[in-house]
Amino acid sequence: MTLLRLLWHSRPARLGLSILACFAVVAAIGPWFTRDAAAFLASPLEPPSSSYLLGTTRQGQDVFAQLIVGTRSSLGIGLLVGLAITLIGSLVGLAAAYFGGLVDDALSLCVNVFLVLPGLPLAVVLAAFLEAGPLTIALVLTITGWAWHARVIRAQALTIRQKDFVQVAVALGERPLRVMLSEILPNMSSVVFAGFIGATMHAIGAQVGLEFLGLGDVSQVTWGTNLFWAVQNQDILTESWWTMMPTGLAIALFGFALVLVHLGIDEVNSPRLRAPGEYLALVGWRTALGRLVTPVARVETMPPGGSRRID
Amino acid sequence: MTYLLRRLGFYLLAAWVSLTVNFVIPRLAPGDPASALQLRFQGRLEPEALLAMKQAFGFVEAPLPVQYASYLAALLRGDLGISVSYFPAPVRDVIAEGLGWTVFLSGVSVLTSFALGSLLGAVLAFRRGGLMDSVLPPVLTFLGAFPYFWLSMLLLYVLGFSLDWLPVRHAYADHLEPGLSLAFVSSALLHAFLPALSIVLTSVGSWVLSMRSNLIATLSEDYVLLAAAKGLSPRRIVFRYAVRSALLPSLAGFGMALGFVLSGSLLAEIVFSYPGQGYLLYQAVKNQDYALLQGLFLSITLAVLLANFLVDVLSFVLDPRLRG
Repeated sequence: MTLLRLLWHSRPARLGLSILACFAVVAAIGPWFTRDAAAFLASPLEPPSSSYLLGTTRQGQDVFAQLIVGTRSSLGIGLLVGLAITLIGSLVGLAAAYFGGLVDDALSLCVNVFLVLPGLPLAVVLAAFLEAGPLTIALVLTITGWAWHARVIRAQALTIRQKDFVQVAVALGERPLRVMLSEILPNMSSVVFAGFIGATMHAIGAQVGLEFLGLGDVSQVTWGTNLFWAVQNQDILTESWWTMMPTGLAIALFGFALVLVHLGIDEVNSPRLRAPGEYLALVGWRTALGRLVTPVARVETMPPGGSRRID
Repeated sequence: MTYLLRRLGFYLLAAWVSLTVNFVIPRLAPGDPASALQLRFQGRLEPEALLAMKQAFGFVEAPLPVQYASYLAALLRGDLGISVSYFPAPVRDVIAEGLGWTVFLSGVSVLTSFALGSLLGAVLAFRRGGLMDSVLPPVLTFLGAFPYFWLSMLLLYVLGFSLDWLPVRHAYADHLEPGLSLAFVSSALLHAFLPALSIVLTSVGSWVLSMRSNLIATLSEDYVLLAAAKGLSPRRIVFRYAVRSALLPSLAGFGMALGFVLSGSLLAEIVFSYPGQGYLLYQAVKNQDYALLQGLFLSITLAVLLANFLVDVLSFVLDPRLRG
């Protein structure tokens, strides 16, 4: 909560959080106010009109309803995977940093191997062999996504591990799990939260990518399957732009909001970013950027170059 | 040298992990993959060929270690089984055909994106606070939030289809023979333009931001101050002195970004029916061609590992600290 209050002071984060809140509301109650997204209601490929705000698909489904219902299912999976990755990554990272030595070597090696294997091909092979469905997708995305978070957490936990209060807790004979969870973890909440944002970003992008390939359950309505059907029906050839634009824009807007919140967290992490002169006009862009300028131990919450995504 | 050997050892380990994962995954799947394979090829393949195919995936009536050995032995021979969707072509040949196009497309787009992004980032850092510096980062970040393949669809729709400026399908015009003729090369470049553009647009932003921040950090170093005190021109200081060391962190991230970008380019290939690994991957998924799928997983993974190692060698050459 303190973190949220701090975040609210940063303009990019405020904008990002507001957009995310809108998405959350739409996902939570939106589907109650729309038509049945799966039903074949109207004539195929009707352009947007007053009765069908975003037109209809080739099957005569309501595109607007599909967008809203897709928002709910895609965000649901995204959130679930984000939480799973945060949990697993944090535990692995904390354990590696706390125990050090051989445990650290083994865990770090494991993390680095998973980082270097390209995510999409692995996810595709896994998803193709397991039974299609949202839970499979969630499992696959967690397997391909946990390593980056673990690496970030480990790096940050290593520096906190050296602090006096942690040494004292260890010397007092506190159990390892207790030291990790109640001494180290609370002091890196912003890093964990930033990791959660990154993991959710990965989850949404990769989920859409896999479903676009046809590896999801194509009978369900999600952002990914919406685009899958748009391509299957060759909507580009019939110039029915309305079947693919809304979903794509929604994905991009959601991703953009996550990036904004991420930027805000960076500001909270390193107050030097708020120094004057590093101020970019548009949307109060105070730069991801200065991240490297700060003399404080720098935490990489994003890979250098290339965001963490497999879509 | 020990640095390079350590890296090599690491990549060999990663390669072994991917081979093993490839062996384990079908055995985790519900149902019986061996008889599924049998069913799929029944009546299409000679019994001996079917047996060889089963051996290639280690589906032999034996304990797991023996199955594993059979699988590894087949891999060493380069035997990846037979593709269902391109029957009766062996998976190895199908993949070999697509590999060149993918290396070409993602190679060109990753390098373009890296060079262009780093250059732009340097310019932004040089002109900090200028108009470009306030407009570009948010715009590029927003572009970066799009799924690669969706941007591909948009470009395909607007530039390729509605305006009909650029070819939208395949890697070269149908009537041309692949070769080193001018017509073929220009046709290949023209066909690669849209997919490459969509990859560059979505990935360039992160290079810009990381180069910009690296350079700003480097510009506060003492040696830059010294160069300024000597009276060198700002342009020379930035582009001759600072950019070189500011490039190193970006380069370190290059290997990892390669994996991400490659994944994106695979999906872009599907949108443009570009005949590379991504398009094959799509065919494999559509036709449940598991042999092709697994072969693609291996070839893409090994290619990424190799590229990562090359980047390590390059950093080794550029960064004297690693040679210490």
